[in-house]
Amino acid sequence: MKAEAKLEFQTSTAPKTGADLLIDLLIKEGVDTLFGYPGGAVLPIYDAIYRAQKSIKHVLFRHEQGMIHAAEGYARITGKPGVVIATSGPGATNLVTGITDAMMDSLPLVIFTGQVARTVIGTDAFQEADVMAITTPITKHNYQVQSVTDLPRIVKEAFHIASTGRPGPVLVDVPKDISSEILTVIPGNAAMDLPGYQPTIKPNPLQIRKLAEALPKAKKPVILSGAGVLHAKASAELTAFAEKHKIPVVTTLLGLGTFPADSPLSLGMGGMHGTYAANMALYESDLLINFGARFDDRLTGNLKHFAPFAKVAHIDIDPAEIGKNVPTQIPIVADAKVALTQLIEEAANSPSHEDWLETLNQNKKDFPLWYQHDPNGMSPQWLIEAVHKVTNGNAIVATDVGQHQMWAAQFYNFNHPHRWITSGGLGTMGFGFPAAIGAQMAEPDSTVVAIVGDAGFQMTLQELSVIYERNLPVKIIIVNNGALGMVRQWQELQYDNRISESLLHTQPDFVKLAESYGIRGAKIDNQEDLVASLPELMAYDGPVLIDARVLQKEKVFPMVAPGKGLHEMIGVKPE
Amino acid sequence: MKRIITLTVQDRSGVLNRVTGLLQRRQFNISSISVGPTESEGISKMTLVVEVEDEQRLEQVTKQLNKQIDVLKVSDITDKAIVARELALIKVSSGSQLRSEINGLIDPFRAIIVDVCKESITVQVTGKPEKIDALIELLKPFGIKEIARTGLTAFLRGHQPQVNDLAAYSLTK
Ligand SMILES: Cc1cc2nc3c(=O)[nH]c(=O)nc-3n(C[C@H](O)[C@H](O)[C@H](O)COP(=O)(O)OP(=O)(O)OC[C@H]3O[C@@H](n4cnc5c(N)ncnc54)[C@H](O)[C@@H]3O)c2cc1C
Ligand SMILES: Cc1ncc(C[n+]2csc(CCOP(=O)(O)OP(=O)(O)O)c2C)c(N)n1
Repeated sequence: MKAEAKLEFQTSTAPKTGADLLIDLLIKEGVDTLFGYPGGAVLPIYDAIYRAQKSIKHVLFRHEQGMIHAAEGYARITGKPGVVIATSGPGATNLVTGITDAMMDSLPLVIFTGQVARTVIGTDAFQEADVMAITTPITKHNYQVQSVTDLPRIVKEAFHIASTGRPGPVLVDVPKDISSEILTVIPGNAAMDLPGYQPTIKPNPLQIRKLAEALPKAKKPVILSGAGVLHAKASAELTAFAEKHKIPVVTTLLGLGTFPADSPLSLGMGGMHGTYAANMALYESDLLINFGARFDDRLTGNLKHFAPFAKVAHIDIDPAEIGKNVPTQIPIVADAKVALTQLIEEAANSPSHEDWLETLNQNKKDFPLWYQHDPNGMSPQWLIEAVHKVTNGNAIVATDVGQHQMWAAQFYNFNHPHRWITSGGLGTMGFGFPAAIGAQMAEPDSTVVAIVGDAGFQMTLQELSVIYERNLPVKIIIVNNGALGMVRQWQELQYDNRISESLLHTQPDFVKLAESYGIRGAKIDNQEDLVASLPELMAYDGPVLIDARVLQKEKVFPMVAPGKGLHEMIGVKPE
Repeated sequence: MKRIITLTVQDRSGVLNRVTGLLQRRQFNISSISVGPTESEGISKMTLVVEVEDEQRLEQVTKQLNKQIDVLKVSDITDKAIVARELALIKVSSGSQLRSEINGLIDPFRAIIVDVCKESITVQVTGKPEKIDALIELLKPFGIKEIARTGLTAFLRGHQPQVNDLAAYSLTK
């Protein structure tokens, strides 16, 4: 007790530095977790973290890329900015992939990088990198702190910009002389000064009316639901709107879970590896209502053939997304939740489109997602279904990038929002496992499953240390096909089976690898064993790594080949 | 088509980099760019002349520029009543015997000679870029040693003729 009291006394009289001020400001912003890695230029910040350790948690990752993906996973699940700290030079450049990933998928992050002292910036000082220039195109905004008195304003603005409007990463570069500056006066609260930043939240009522009027005239309406619905926390409104007017719903890869997959109105995912029913609905539709999807090329296929008969309504908080790829007759710049709420009020009349619903249902029946069962081996799609069953479809699922990602999207059947974490726009291998860690940190009591490929997992597996150290019960399932499966598939289909550098002839013993980190591991290579052991492994109170051996030659189907329209899918039925 | 786009920006470090980087990344060719302070402290004005293929690309570039936090206002003023000027310095080889000839030539352009030495003279001209181009063409036969141009700067005239629907950018209307 005595010692503790003394410690308190010491901290309160210790001189306050710029770094102490920074940490204070973070606490004021409600930050509970820091994803970080120390180094020379952030030593003053780490000293402040040491002093503030009772008030803020810092998690030490093993690579800056791992930690920023973890922060993304945290942001995806909580909707709050993930806060990242890295040192100058190599610390900062190791973040670049994660920053770009967050920019592409609109995830809120606030990133603090150390910088060399202002007096030596520009002299190629030790561990100096031009982080401002490097990150300008991959951040929503970035700052270099020029004076400690600017810190309160900059921190406030950074959190505001990252988490409002279209979310995204904001970077704050902090020169070492500023973080170590001894403060004589503590700068007080500062007002934000952002005259150029006013996201449009409320829709133009005229456009809402236009959409409401178009509704009863439609014969083939369809909703496209994207990640914007997640950012707006508008799944309930979306579902209510769709159900009220019986409008079928297609989701994007990132929009999975915004509408319950089990609903009779759900057509599943659209796009390159979407369902036949979803893609035909997009193709044939006469009224396409897009809520918070940015019409990415994986979703649209060849734009020439995209929704050729449809009047398009697009609700997006970012005006630049509207009309960017697809000509739009009813543009609505707004937050999806606000727009949906007004739309539900405004739209009194429903379309009458029984034939359309019938056709779509028939498509669903005739062309369901399919795969070949192999009694001697495990098909990866079956594996995903098994995981769904054991977790009752309630797990948070984070994936890496590749075939397993598509199978997880197709077969996990998401009924709830904010349970799905994947790298969509950048398609970053190495994302899945650390992102799962961030999700588990956000929801310690939820089941979090990392579904990863054997190749991608090896890009960030060093974070096994973190889940061991913190006893984070992440369940890692390596969908092990001994290949860069997605690349192998493209080589088979598009390059006449010339399998160039896409097989992994050597692999570590993943079970031993896990064990060397103190983590339980299990290798499973057949369905029977999986059925027998999966429930216990998933219920295990601690992290588990499962090396699941699956068929190497399995392919992701159906598929829209590059350059083709959504109506030209291949592999819609077993051969 | 060439478009004249003016930006009002907050005068913060990195803003120029953001604007030019954005244009480059989205594959817009910048013909010229000029930047300078305005009547309000902390606010700068940029004038961009960009080459754009079509209306849709133009709309996209305006919206992307508008999205930048430090950008306060973006206007495509190409089709409005504007004052647009550029300044050029043109160093021409000229012995003393050619000087009067050059003088006569530049006079209609209201250009002036701002520097003279044995081998060359420097002409200063302001005006629309086309006028400057024309003068350069005329001076070429004398031998041009060096050209420096500021790039276009422009703003709206005090009085705008009433034309319907001039706003180049607005989705919400
Ligand atoms: C191997 C691989 C295969 C893929 N295959 C497919 C596929 O088959 N199908 C598919 O769909 N994708 C696929 N993708 C993903 C694809 O690349 C895109 O990432 C994805 O389509 C984007 O989904 P989105 O538009 O919903 O989300 P985002 O890209 O995150 O866009 C969200 C949109 O919502 C807007 N927004 C944000 N906040 C709000 C708000 N509050 N209110 C309203 N709007 C808001 C944003 O401005 C943005 O326009 C694949 C990716 C990989 C790596
Ligand atoms: C960092 C990075 N490098 C390369 C790629 C290209 N790429 C996409 S999928 C893939 C194969 C992934 O293999 P694996 O992780 O084993 O997953 P699988 O496709 O076999 O399920 C590759 C190399 C990428 N997306 N990201």
